[in-house]
Amino acid sequence: MMIAEQIGEASYRTTEAYIAETAACVGPKEGEGPLGEYFDAVWRDEGVAHPSFERAEQAMLTQAQDTVLSKASRDWSEVDLVIGGDLMDQLIATDFVARRHQRPLLGVFSACASFAEALAAAAAMVRQPGPDTILVGASSHHLTAERQFRFPLELGYQRTPTASWTATAAGAVLVVARSTPVAIDAVTFGRVVDWGWKDANDMASAMAPAAVDTIQRHLGALGEKVDAYDAIVTGDLGAFGMKLAAHLADTEYDFDLGGKLEDCGHLLYDIERQDVHNGGSGAGCAAAVFSGYLYHNLRTGRWRRMLLAATGALFSPTSSQQGESIPAIAHAVTISWRGEQS
Amino acid sequence: MGVGIRGQDPRIQRYHAYANRIRPRPAVIRNAWWAFVVGGMISLLGQGITWGFQQVGLTENAAATPTSIVLVGLGALFTGLGWYDRIVKHGGMGGTLPITGFANAMVAPAMEFRAEGLIMGVGAKLFTLAGPVLVYGMATAFVMGAIRYALGIG
Repeated sequence: MMIAEQIGEASYRTTEAYIAETAACVGPKEGEGPLGEYFDAVWRDEGVAHPSFERAEQAMLTQAQDTVLSKASRDWSEVDLVIGGDLMDQLIATDFVARRHQRPLLGVFSACASFAEALAAAAAMVRQPGPDTILVGASSHHLTAERQFRFPLELGYQRTPTASWTATAAGAVLVVARSTPVAIDAVTFGRVVDWGWKDANDMASAMAPAAVDTIQRHLGALGEKVDAYDAIVTGDLGAFGMKLAAHLADTEYDFDLGGKLEDCGHLLYDIERQDVHNGGSGAGCAAAVFSGYLYHNLRTGRWRRMLLAATGALFSPTSSQQGESIPAIAHAVTISWRGEQS
Repeated sequence: MGVGIRGQDPRIQRYHAYANRIRPRPAVIRNAWWAFVVGGMISLLGQGITWGFQQVGLTENAAATPTSIVLVGLGALFTGLGWYDRIVKHGGMGGTLPITGFANAMVAPAMEFRAEGLIMGVGAKLFTLAGPVLVYGMATAFVMGAIRYALGIG
């Protein structure tokens, strides 16, 4: 049987991929946001009891992974493969939590798109007889990302209006090759799009073209239009980036994102009240928003079909200081509700 | 429909023009006002401390050094208490530029990099932010001193 049929340059129809369960754990600020009720666990603080915030992030990712397995009544020994990523140098969240779970591991990195990349890879790989159970996850922590990418915390430099707020969040999804009500129908692996934007405090401008490029190629490969979807959810473009993506799609790519466009970084916070400027970002942002809110909409049948197109800004502090522009990437995953007939 | 890397693709130029037009901008006037207020209040505090030292018998010149020490101490304390970042959040350069901001730039990395140990953490990272200030401050002082000397003022 054809497992993942190639339908475009980097697009695949995934006929055997289903989502068994999801879980999301977040920090206090994310819990206070509009999606608070959809998360499995909201931490009371950023993890101050841990020896370091890096360890706190690892604990949050572990909690999300353990939670998804317990919700699905599965044991770690049944997991054939773990695919995941985070923002830390050398993936020290994803890799270090693997010391405990001891399952085969593929670490992936595409910044805030890491979750979508992992989910797409899992959907393309999962099959009977195996690997038939793949655990996908991603995490980020506001305090570990700030110190790696920007400044120490107590240094109160002002943020620009286009800056995003790295979310303290972890999400985990159990992808299986056994029919469940929520199926992954197709994936498109993104390519690097660099339109020459350099300001690391404005990742939205760098990432919007990548989002539109991938969405267009994904819809083209599937022969679908935007109206086949209840929602097209980008990852971490924020309020400003959504405007850019909608404009770009409309003027340069001849498709109208219309009222279908949403964005994980835009959904996670109350942008006015929570002082997050352009919105949330981080590998854990799309992971937790999908695992909490978006999956809920599919699981309950409120949405029949959605496209997750998370974007990542692939710069490092070094490349930024050396004056390089910011390459961006977006990976797309179509997920649909198949009803309870399974 | 190749995706160019910076090339001559007119779509890229149109996109940049559009993005630059609608990009949200910092509230310059309001930020400048708050920088003036916060920076002015810190300066006023410094002036008050100087007067205090003059009251106990120091000359204005002699009072400058202990005034700096007190302000640096306050900047460090407020950073440690987690208050200084809020002052700068509203005051911007008004909080960063005075000597209290220098203390903030020293203490913030010291707190942040404790987890990496006293040598490679606090020791190595202490001057990551203050370092450039010291380097160019001293370089400027050297050049100005040389000019004064050459003009016979010094």
